Amino acid sequence: MAEKPFAITLDVGSSLANKTGTWRTERPVYVHRLPPCNDACPAGEDVQGWLYKAEEGAYEEAWRRLTVNNPMPAIMGRVCYHPCQTACNRAQVDETVGINSVERFLGDEAIKQGWAFAKPETSTGKRVLVVGSGPSGLSAAYHLARLGHAVTIRESAEQPGGMMRYGIPAYRLPRDIIDAEVQRIVDLGVVIECNAKVTDIPAVFAEGFDAVFLAVGAHLGKRAYIPAGESARILDAVSMLHDTESGEPPMLGKRVIVYGGGNTAMDAARTAKRLGAAEAIVVYRRTRDKAPAHDVEITEALEEGITMHWLSTIKHIDAGAVQIEKMQLDEKGFPQPTGEFDTLEADSVVLALGQDCDLTLIENLPGVVIDDGVVQVADNMMTGYAGVFAAGDMVPGERTVTAGIGGGKLAARHIDAWLRGDAWVHPERPNLASFDRLNTWYYADAEKTQRPRLDAARRADTFDEVVQGLTAENALFEARRCMSCGNCFNCDNCFGVCPDNAVIKKPDGTYEFNLDFCKGCGLCAHECPCGAIDMELELT
Amino acid sequence: MTVTPLKFYQVGSFAVGNRLLTDEERSEQSNPNRVNALTSGHRACQGCGEALGARYVLDTAMAATDGKIMAVNATGCLEVFSTPYPETSWRIPWLHSLFGNAAAVASGVATALKAQGKTDIRVIAQGGDGGTVDIGFGPLSGMWERNDDVLYVCYDNEAYMNTGVQRSGATPPAARTNTSHASGPEPGAHFNQGKFLPLIAMAHHIPYVATATVADLHDLEAKVKKAMTFRGARYLHILVPCPLGWGSRSDETIMLSRAAVESGFFPVFEAEHGVMTSSKKIRRRIPVEEYLKPQKRYAHLFGANGRPDIVERLQRIADHNIEQYDLVEKGAEE
Amino acid sequence: MRKQIEGSQAIAQSVATCRPGVICAYPISPQTHIVEALDDLVRRGRIEHCEFLNVESEFGAMSVAIGASAAGSRVYTATASQGLLYMVEAVYNASGLGLPIVMTVANRAIGAPINIWNDHTDAMSQRDSGWIQLYAQDNQAAADLHIFAFRLAERVSMPVMVCMDGFVLTHAMEQIDVPEQEQADAFLTPFVPRQKLDVDNPVSIGAMVGPEAFTEVRWLAHHKQLEALAAIPGLAEEFAGVFGRRAAGPNDHLGLVTDYYTEGAETVVVALGATIGTLEDVIDELREAGTSIGVLGITSYRPFPSAVIRERLQHAKRVIVLERAFAVGIGGVVDADIRMSLMGLDIAQNTVVAGLGGRAITRASLRDIIAKSIAGDVEPLTFLDLNEGMIPA
Repeated sequence: MAEKPFAITLDVGSSLANKTGTWRTERPVYVHRLPPCNDACPAGEDVQGWLYKAEEGAYEEAWRRLTVNNPMPAIMGRVCYHPCQTACNRAQVDETVGINSVERFLGDEAIKQGWAFAKPETSTGKRVLVVGSGPSGLSAAYHLARLGHAVTIRESAEQPGGMMRYGIPAYRLPRDIIDAEVQRIVDLGVVIECNAKVTDIPAVFAEGFDAVFLAVGAHLGKRAYIPAGESARILDAVSMLHDTESGEPPMLGKRVIVYGGGNTAMDAARTAKRLGAAEAIVVYRRTRDKAPAHDVEITEALEEGITMHWLSTIKHIDAGAVQIEKMQLDEKGFPQPTGEFDTLEADSVVLALGQDCDLTLIENLPGVVIDDGVVQVADNMMTGYAGVFAAGDMVPGERTVTAGIGGGKLAARHIDAWLRGDAWVHPERPNLASFDRLNTWYYADAEKTQRPRLDAARRADTFDEVVQGLTAENALFEARRCMSCGNCFNCDNCFGVCPDNAVIKKPDGTYEFNLDFCKGCGLCAHECPCGAIDMELELT
Repeated sequence: MTVTPLKFYQVGSFAVGNRLLTDEERSEQSNPNRVNALTSGHRACQGCGEALGARYVLDTAMAATDGKIMAVNATGCLEVFSTPYPETSWRIPWLHSLFGNAAAVASGVATALKAQGKTDIRVIAQGGDGGTVDIGFGPLSGMWERNDDVLYVCYDNEAYMNTGVQRSGATPPAARTNTSHASGPEPGAHFNQGKFLPLIAMAHHIPYVATATVADLHDLEAKVKKAMTFRGARYLHILVPCPLGWGSRSDETIMLSRAAVESGFFPVFEAEHGVMTSSKKIRRRIPVEEYLKPQKRYAHLFGANGRPDIVERLQRIADHNIEQYDLVEKGAEE
Repeated sequence: MRKQIEGSQAIAQSVATCRPGVICAYPISPQTHIVEALDDLVRRGRIEHCEFLNVESEFGAMSVAIGASAAGSRVYTATASQGLLYMVEAVYNASGLGLPIVMTVANRAIGAPINIWNDHTDAMSQRDSGWIQLYAQDNQAAADLHIFAFRLAERVSMPVMVCMDGFVLTHAMEQIDVPEQEQADAFLTPFVPRQKLDVDNPVSIGAMVGPEAFTEVRWLAHHKQLEALAAIPGLAEEFAGVFGRRAAGPNDHLGLVTDYYTEGAETVVVALGATIGTLEDVIDELREAGTSIGVLGITSYRPFPSAVIRERLQHAKRVIVLERAFAVGIGGVVDADIRMSLMGLDIAQNTVVAGLGGRAITRASLRDIIAKSIAGDVEPLTFLDLNEGMIPA
């Protein structure tokens, strides 16, 4: 071909010489925001992170990513009240992602496949004693062990697990699951000594431990003064659940009243049913929506035929009968007596009015401050006694398994830092990936995969597990409902919607902005489904 | 034990790509080796819908034909911003002649290729709404009636944007342009004027007619691919928001395309041999107001001196579209 | 092969020997017979690998031609009058893009008032369009110039209009040596486009050019015409070698002009197209009567062969420019070009506008106006046979 006509005919792609990036007044920046699930998780799980791997069907990787923060997903997948799901942005699109069920699936899969934790590569030579093998103690032991410390747990009970074993009924948390996840921590090198009640802290240090972590659970049922006849049969819920687990279930009779509105009350009522009570009645002074029990617990209890007496207080307990007074809520939402009374037949009354920790171990320890039944700790979770740290039910805060695991993790970090003569600082929290930053158009509509359930009628008289797990297929789909809030999930939208081809898709599937050509229109940020792109003012 | 049946859900069916999908299931735009028929360095405004639409169409067509595409371009924004001497943003054989003759020039290219026996090479003509529905309509109608083997693509931004936003035959009623000012008792473009070219295309009984937007890439790409399976004249009418002419934010180009569809104001459908064969159902229906409000060209309809009566008339157009083009899934809005 | 044939048919057959790839047309009198014949030839397979396209307008016709040419095909179309004007935007575009399209203009007047008959107003309106314009004196030249036009167009990569008088030539039966396929094949080299759409070597054709380079582009367009001017004499020789006759006719000079007794003539009439035949007859009579007179026919009006014309006319005492179009408000069109070519020479010159809208140019009228011109008894601008009596006061 001869020479091209001057100016009229041009060589293809020559506009690459025109760097339109100079037009820009704002530039797009990829960001990682804190997904609400992660934000809400008391155990500090990177939920979005492990769901990301689960979405790919890479379950082991997902499990490994999960267990960076929480060593007991099979337990957590059963008993966690999943604040992550309460916070989940997807709830505003259709239904919350079934994070908890995917977690349980991963935990069960790990047990089935025999996945083990990677052992630490080096040893620090430091020894840490953990007092109590509940969620908090196990969590701390696990994290300390992974950091290379030698950890021993001393447990006063016969078996490890604390409230997980002695407070949560087996129909919610099968014991083989506890055993498996505890064993995995033991396999990491953690020594657990049962029937080994610690009574002397200074002696422990003399034994050669460099630090002590206290994680004693709240095993003592709170008593309230209720006028009662001599022959009235009154139990506390914690003891009832503990004795049931120990194989010595109490005699309750045919009609059982449980007093209280928390999760333990529901557990007690449901356990009573399973122990043979024809009728289990929950009496609570406020309304259902004010009850501290999680809604799902109340729902499952109702499904099992538990009767609820809301807005009621117990005034007097006698053999075979309980007098209750009706309450009504004042304008502030507090229950006030009405003077109306009623009598319920009851063979026994189970009090579920809260729990306390046994703090005798540290009551007289110099420097340790106990206030309102809990131990005061510094920012680094250390008590007033150098080298003694505490978390879980013993310290102020939420008393759930998940909070315990989170507390154990944090304590482990502080202990580790302290052992090194350092201080652990919580990394800066990224900004929240709020719902208004999402472009939910791009998420296909889907309902949450319902965990199959045993028939309510069948489950009421057995301790079989009520809630069944997901199949691998269900778990995959459930994981894929995750909107990956605030974190890129490689959907190619930015790459596709840029009118200037100024997004580079790298071989690993991640992206980079080509600022030579980006005009700063903001389409990538606007169309990013998960809000992982910010527009920042161009500083010239 | 009962199990709730699984519903299909995947981000990939709406987003450009998805790492979980196979390459075949992803859009061509997600392909890191896509052609980029219109490459970087072009001078389109920030957030230009037409630049986006053109790349979507041509990259898909290139993929569908093993890279055997020639494009003819009408005068207009797309031409001006892509080929100011000494630089061109095109990476495919491309020819610009005049404002009103793209269809005829494309016919010429296609006819030459036929005479040369190179029918494996396919021809795409493209232009804006002015070059298509107005000044270029004669040659376009000629191309259609002859059933020349050309895919004509109209990037409809609903006015003459290149010349500074004047009304075209595709400007919707009540829209402000610089020749349909938002003044007087009937502000903006007049009602009962303008034409919807896809229907006129269908009246030519050509093999394939479709509408699309830059908001639904998968739909757009499927239509381009489908168009390339036909021989003869084909017409693709793509709504491409123009931040300049519409008075919208540069990052709202895709959002507005989506709103146009979800309100029913712009019907997305396809037709073969003069008969409508399918329409894209509205997924989350919105009132036209949600589509109109972010656009300054409709600003006179809202606010203290707003014209709810005109908004209502525009809503009726959307309602009529929904009826005429069957845009709502049966039973979905009971 | 010499045969009695209508001009339009001869053109069609001549074009057919050029092996065009695409022919497109929109019908307009008096071009119709040409394209009708070509449609038939294509349908019968008489032109191999050729497509004939009926388009919706002349604008469409030139546009199709642009596309087909840019895609690398040899393209032909034909038009006239209003049709040429309707395609003007595309006419300029074709030359701007440097596409070697060949188009017949069957010269016809421009309305209003609407008039289907012959004059040169249509083609003259396009003299600045950048196209090469060749004017045929008779149907033999018309047939031959089409083949010549393709060769020239492709040589310099510019479009060529072959102008032939409507009806007077297009519809006239004459004895013509219709070009043979072998001859055309021997003369025409295969079409190698200067640029084309090519999927293997893509380019962008038709860029927007701003003030920074537009002057240079236009200068190059002029330069192209000068290139054509330089190429025509050689190609004319080549044509003569292949066909055994001169493309522009027996009186051809360098392929640029035709020369009839201009050597030493005191008076020279300058004209374009079929009028030249009539003029030559009148000149024969005048010369017999002792008048020193000749005729200079312009074959290549664009590019305009100023130097050759000056050389031919430099010794004349008077030049009469016979025009079939005029520039309203000033006068002759060709006249101005001639004046520029003769600048500085002491030659009397007047313009005669004749034959508008098909009015016959009679020998008697020509004899009369020539006599008056020689006597100096004319205005610089005269309308031949103007009947002032019929013009309302």
